[in-house]
Order: sequence, then structure tokens, then C-alpha cells
Amino acid sequence: MRQDLKHILRWIAPRSRVLDLGCGDGEFLEFLRDKRLVRGTGLEIDQDNITATISRGLDVIEQDMDAGLGNFPDNSFDIVVLALALQAVHYPDRVLEEMLRIGREGIVTFPNFGHWRCRLSLGLDGRMPVSDLMPHTWYDTPNIHFCTVKDFEELCRQKGIRILARDVVGNSSRQPTLSNRWPNLFATTAIYLITR
Amino acid sequence: MQRPGPDNSVGIVTPQVARFDEPLRLVCGRELPSYELVYETYGELNASRSNAVLVCHALSGHHHAAGYHTEQDRKPGWWNECIGPGKPIDTDRFFVVSLNNLGGCHGSTGPMSLNPGTGKPWGPGFPPIRVRDWVNSQARLADYLGIECWAAVVGGSLGGMQAMRWAIQYPERIRHCIVIAAALKLSAQNLAFNEVARKAIESDPDFNGGNYLSEDRVPATGLELAQQVGRIEYKDEPASGLALARMIGHITYLSDDAMANKFGRELRSGSLDLGDDADVEFQVQSYLRYQGSQFSTNFDANTYVLMTRALDYFDLALEYNNDPVAAFKHARCGFMVISFSTDWRFAPERSREIVDALLAADRPVSYAEIEAKEGHDAFLMPIPRYLDVFSAYMRRVGAPD
Repeated sequence: MRQDLKHILRWIAPRSRVLDLGCGDGEFLEFLRDKRLVRGTGLEIDQDNITATISRGLDVIEQDMDAGLGNFPDNSFDIVVLALALQAVHYPDRVLEEMLRIGREGIVTFPNFGHWRCRLSLGLDGRMPVSDLMPHTWYDTPNIHFCTVKDFEELCRQKGIRILARDVVGNSSRQPTLSNRWPNLFATTAIYLITR
Repeated sequence: MQRPGPDNSVGIVTPQVARFDEPLRLVCGRELPSYELVYETYGELNASRSNAVLVCHALSGHHHAAGYHTEQDRKPGWWNECIGPGKPIDTDRFFVVSLNNLGGCHGSTGPMSLNPGTGKPWGPGFPPIRVRDWVNSQARLADYLGIECWAAVVGGSLGGMQAMRWAIQYPERIRHCIVIAAALKLSAQNLAFNEVARKAIESDPDFNGGNYLSEDRVPATGLELAQQVGRIEYKDEPASGLALARMIGHITYLSDDAMANKFGRELRSGSLDLGDDADVEFQVQSYLRYQGSQFSTNFDANTYVLMTRALDYFDLALEYNNDPVAAFKHARCGFMVISFSTDWRFAPERSREIVDALLAADRPVSYAEIEAKEGHDAFLMPIPRYLDVFSAYMRRVGAPD
């Protein structure tokens, strides 16, 4: 289980109705179903992931977020999750607004482009960063909208989105204090609980 | 007993007939005093009777969905790709029931059957049948077979419409509803195609207002009779009204690309060269003529008219203030909806209308849109991704709760 997903678990109330945007192979929804008895629905465009999610006995809708989420009614879910997908959508700001229209709360995780290794790579080496979390080359990547912890929080402020909680995944589990104190520099993955 | 066939089919199967003497009140207000349904079953019903799957057929379908009737049969049942050991509707795990619908021409009571009131074939006087009537008669068949609740009701095209109707008409009797290449109702274009097809039949002089079954004939039942009725086939080109209707149907079942790939502008005979005055026949012409003439020997014109009307009149949400969300709120089952990219008869958008209504009604639903070049017919084809996702969902249907 990915680190960011483990962190999310405590924000999810038992028996919630959860929409997972970009649900992958459904591992997280299955985890939520088993641990929190949630009623989950996934959204996915990858064929193999769709079959894998259905194989877990979970519901998944084949739909491209970039084409809009207008078919999901207002307040039809308790929580809408967007895990490590914000950077891959065409209009991250619109997706955030849609998440909070469809769900009461939203959970967003994204790779923090402000991490010191990214800065080092760009600042000293002059190259776009390539890491375990972001293993793609700049010209062949699904990730088209990188942002930093500061960028995200600024966007939320502009959009009137309230941040209920923030969590971070750091480089090393031995130094959680660093990434908690200076998330924009030390968080590899940022995790937010947001609402209107 | 069934034994595996060479192509991993269910092997040799024998149709059975269930007779119902309790009158069936139809949506049109009329009553069928008694009727018969012909059906096949594949696989074994388990002790708790919880593994039964109902397969609903489409416009020109029938009960013979899988396996072979005899060793000599060249072609298996119409959904052999999806029903059998290890296939999506896995007969090692499910007890599959496939029937010929009421009004059909393959053995179930329909226009070719004798009207007990007159002692003559019903012909065009057979009561108009709606999808709801089919579902009601299928529920009687379930009673007859001792099946209280279907593990799943599955159908493509018009079959998918029956599956949806099951979900809202008998919510306590269906656990999963699989809707493939279907729609909530027909579009004006769909209606227009059906009308042209019916007009083609009706304008055939041999159709004679549907009274083409000669009065002094006592038709035998089933497929045998259907073949005799092939006499409505014209002696002259074009083969017959029914054949013509089928030709039109076939164009809508295929995608433009599928036709281009299969036939393009290839010639079957003749030449387009300068100085050549031989008659030219395109491959696509020959294909359509073959399909049409095959169909006219195997299908009854009155049934075709009846079934296209049932398709036309289907409108899931009509009694629910035209609100499919309100309609689906009656459902208690899980849904799997599948569409095909090049299907222009019931395009993916039509399936998404179903999915969106289910989401808005807060029903469990999964949806897959399969890349396929075969058009509407794709639901009958062994497309790997289709079989994978269908199998994945059916495994869930079979899993204990």
C-alpha cells in the first residue's frame, strides 16, 4: 500500500460513500472497503485497471476526468479522493471544484515539486527531476501540472477551499519532523483534506 | 447430459418446452389464455438455487444461445463466445437459462402458433407484446424452474432492455443486471430504421397483411415451421421483404469501419474496367443478400414486426415521469453496463445515459466502453477486453455474498 493512501485512512469515516478519481487497480478502494466498510466507486480510464478493480468486486466507471464530471450529482458522495492524479489532469482547479461539488469533503495527494531533491535537480543540475515517485522523462509523462505545497495552498485560498488537515510523506520515515515542519522542502508527497 | 464440445462449448444441448395454462395479462390489455416458452439450460443448478443466470435475447435471437443441437451443426448458439466452461458466463459455475421470447418464431408461442380461439395461426392477430410482457413471462419461467432469484439477468441490445426492466419490475428477484450495447429507449433514428424495415416486409405482396400462413395449413411448431414460412421469400430479386428488412438491419449493426475493412469496394464479380460491360457485384452486396436470404428462411415476418414494435415501445422511464433516475430507484441489484466504441445503433452515449441515471439513483454500477470495430454486433464477438471485463464482473456475481 502506497504511503499516501495509508495516511488518508484515518480521515475516512466508517461506511462512507467514497468516489476515487483515478482509482488505479482498485487496491485503495478495496482497503477502504475492508477497513472502513465504505461503499466505494472508482473512476478510471486504463483498461487493465478497470478489469482489475471489477475483479476485486468493486464498482468502477470508465470515464475520463478531463472530459468533466458533470454526470455525478451534487453531494452524491461523502468523500472524493484524488490520489496522485492532480498533476496529471488538464484543469486541476476545475477538478478540485468538481470534487467539492460531488463530495462533502475531498482528499488530494500529489507529489511535491518543491521537495529539495527537485530543487537540487533543477537548480544545480539544470535538469527536470526524475525520481521514484516521478519516474517519467519530461517528454513522456502523464504528469503535466506539477505544483508545490505552497502553490496548492495558494490555489485553495483563491478558490475559497478550506484545508481541514494536511499531512505529508517525507523521504525518510525517521525524520517525520522535518517534512512536517517544512513541508514544501521536505515532503515528497503532500496530502490534504479539503472542503468548501 | 451435457458434455464439452470441441470449441470449449457446452456441447450438445436440447431445447425444452414449458407450458403455462394460467392466463397472462398483457400490457396491451389483452390476455393470453395459455402459452409455451421454449428454452435451453446450460450448467447445473446448485442446491441453494442461487447460481441461475437468465440470458435475454435480442431482436432476432432465440433460445439457442450456446452449444450445438446435433453433432452435424455447423454453427453453435448465438452467444457461444460468452457462454460455456471458463467463458464469461461460466457454465462450470452458473446454471444458465436461455429462452425464446413470447411472440417469437423459434418454438415459443407467437404469431405462428395456433390461436385456440380460431384454430388457425395467430398471424398478425397475435397480441402486441411489450418488453414488460416478456419479463413477466420470464418470471413465470423462473417460477416453473424453481428459481426464486436470478444471480444475474444478462442481455445485449434488446436483451439488455429486458435485463433493465427486470431490475425495476422484480427488484427482489435479481441480484445483478448486465446491460450490454443497449439504451433507455430508442432514438428517432432507431425508430426510423425499424419502420423502414417493417415497411419493407409489409410492402411484400406475399406478406398479405401478415396473413401469409395459408389457412388450410396446420403449422408444426418451432424451427421447422419457421423454415417453411421462408416461402414469403420473393421469387424475384430482391429476395423478399423480410430479406430486405434484414439487409437494412445489418447495415445498422455494423460500423462504417467494420464494413470498410470487411468489404471495402471489393468486387465479387464483374469489373469496373473501361470497356467491360459485365454486371458488377460488390462484395458488400453479396454479403447483404446472403444475410437477408438466410434470415428469411429462418425467421417469421410477423414475429419480426412484433419484436421491432416491442423495441420501439420500450421506454424504461415512461411510467416514472420520464425520469430514469426515479425508475432505477426501484432497483436493488448491482449493474454492469458495457458499450462498444463503433456501435452507432446504441452508441456509448446511450449506455452512459444508463450509467448516469444509475449513479444519480445511487445504485451500484460499473461501466466499460470497449474499443471495437464491429459496431453493434460487437456484443456477440470474442473481443479480448470485452470477455475479460465481462468475466471479471461475472466472477463477482458468482462470489458468495
